[in-house]
Amino acid sequence: MLATALVSGLSLGSIYGLIALGFTLTFAVSGTVNFAQGSSVMLGAVICHALAMGLRWPMPVAVPVALVACAIWGLIVERIAVRPFVARGSNAWLMATVALGIVLDNVVMVLFGKEPRALPSSLADDPWVIGTVGIFPLQVLVPLVGLGLALLVHLGMHRTGLGLKLRAAVENPDAARLMSIDVTMLIALTYAAAALLAGIGGILIAPLYNVAYDMGTLFGIKAFAVAILGGLTNPWGVVIAGLGYGLVEAFATSWLGSGSTQIVTFSAVIAALVLAPSGLFGRRTKVRV
Amino acid sequence: MPTKLTRRQAIALPAGIAVGSLIGRSALAAEPIKIGLVAALSGQSAKSGEGITRGLTIAIDEINAKGGLLGGRMVELVRRDDESNPAKGQTAARELLDKEGVSIIFGGIDSPVSLAIVPIVNGAHVPFMGVWAAATNVTRNGANPNYCFRVSAVDVLVDRALIKYAMTKFGAKKPGLMLINNGWGESNFAGLTAAAEAAGLKLAGTEKFDDKDADMTPQLQRLREAGADTIILVGNSAPGAQVVKGLQKSAWAVPVVSHWGISGGRFPELAGSWASKVHFVQTYSFFGPQNDVGKRVLAAMMAKYPDVKGPGDVTPPVGVANAYDAMQLTALAITKAGSTEGQKLREGLLNIDSYQGLIKNYTKPFSDENHDALNENDYVMVRYNGDQIEPVTG
Repeated sequence: MLATALVSGLSLGSIYGLIALGFTLTFAVSGTVNFAQGSSVMLGAVICHALAMGLRWPMPVAVPVALVACAIWGLIVERIAVRPFVARGSNAWLMATVALGIVLDNVVMVLFGKEPRALPSSLADDPWVIGTVGIFPLQVLVPLVGLGLALLVHLGMHRTGLGLKLRAAVENPDAARLMSIDVTMLIALTYAAAALLAGIGGILIAPLYNVAYDMGTLFGIKAFAVAILGGLTNPWGVVIAGLGYGLVEAFATSWLGSGSTQIVTFSAVIAALVLAPSGLFGRRTKVRV
Repeated sequence: MPTKLTRRQAIALPAGIAVGSLIGRSALAAEPIKIGLVAALSGQSAKSGEGITRGLTIAIDEINAKGGLLGGRMVELVRRDDESNPAKGQTAARELLDKEGVSIIFGGIDSPVSLAIVPIVNGAHVPFMGVWAAATNVTRNGANPNYCFRVSAVDVLVDRALIKYAMTKFGAKKPGLMLINNGWGESNFAGLTAAAEAAGLKLAGTEKFDDKDADMTPQLQRLREAGADTIILVGNSAPGAQVVKGLQKSAWAVPVVSHWGISGGRFPELAGSWASKVHFVQTYSFFGPQNDVGKRVLAAMMAKYPDVKGPGDVTPPVGVANAYDAMQLTALAITKAGSTEGQKLREGLLNIDSYQGLIKNYTKPFSDENHDALNENDYVMVRYNGDQIEPVTG
């Protein structure tokens, strides 16, 4: 039971972490997030399904095209639902991103249909079995991709020129602008990257789950809880929080039964935030008066 | 302004009234009898709604081809999508009653939706005909008079049949239950627990899952470690497929005996290569020797729907067969009642003598004590072969 819960928790947890990384990126640079991040998860899976199953494109082509579409969607979200409100000093982007996500979900519902569909993968058909524990190769790949992408984000932030500009924009946006850094463009890029990460999450989970217009809602909510838990601004913290969340979920089901899963998991989130209000790995904000 | 009628007007006016009255009367005679359907026409169970629609349509086509009912009134189907959502089902039922003036409402696959509609139809004194949802208390709802009827399985009877099948087919001694976490799951929990107890079986455990659960291996592992030798599954196609994927993931080749919710959607596509391992219940199979009604319905299906090329394409058969027989029984009841008025139609249903249907030869299908036309003797066990549903042989 322990091993099964571990496998299940790590693979789902890394998906939550991956999606939550998107929250971290945009929040670190702009102080805003796309509350409809779950819709980007769905978009990646749906476009990949439409190309691979509908148009019979080979996966190595369908996946990058779907991810480019997700990145473009991220740019649209930033341009329509975030930038105009931030420019006016309004917090209405909170509602605008939620609303835009609902619009996307419903457009996809009309175009793709309401029936869940399968996205088969050879990586999720023939499990590796050790004793009574089985694991699909894809379940091993998912945490590796999650950790690999977190490493990429970390390296990108600390070892590249673009990362330097991003960190400058995080530290002091006005000073960054004075240094002719295009902060607006950087924020747009982080939204594109966030949607892309969510799209990767959607494509990875689809063969283990299914593809549906409303598949992103639950993943989006859980990923947001993970992002808050991880400390929002700390990419490694968010990934670790994702894994922790997935493990608590799986162990709660294994030990206490499925009726207790959500009670235990969300109670644990509340308890963790009471003990560490800035998240488990977040920096405490000092306010000088 | 003329105040007196001319002679010509004096003749024309009563003649006009007479002609108008005749036209009015023939318009009334031609007024269609509206049959409502509230079912899942979209979402994970969309195939169930399509199957029910097809069964009703074939029956209605036959009735209308014979000149309709009550002296030439054509029968018309009015459909509403409940999206498997009880609140939407209630809204749809009220609209069908108040705006469309339907004579009867047929229900779909989802027991929670049917259960939500039960008090509305009982309050409105308009009959409800369940043709899929199997929750026991849809028909056994305690209302007097009770307007809910069903040509479908009943959970309490299906549960006995599933336990019996698990024992005889797979030698089950300790089944584990995997149940959807809603009213339908609750209904079956009660039925399966009672059925297992009556059969002298001890259950390995009961696990629940939600419609959107992404991984069900932890629940399955609990049952495995508790010594489950068979899984009894109650759920619709998408979560049912997740259960099967969970088994495949764990390489746990335990026999799975399922209620019929999985046949309402794209189960074989979603469950993948292990879909055919699941044995599940239906009320009818278009495979094998058919009675005259079966031959006629299959031929009509093949003529009307280009995608139906043989018995395996009539999917889900339970939706088609139950809806066809239920519509024919309703037509008999309307004729018997001589009216489409709710109370009379209810009496008409209770007074049907016999009908040679698709599923069986019905004799007094409904009575004051029993509003379910089918029982455990009418169930068949089937499995998927690709997209087709075939009887289990051997």
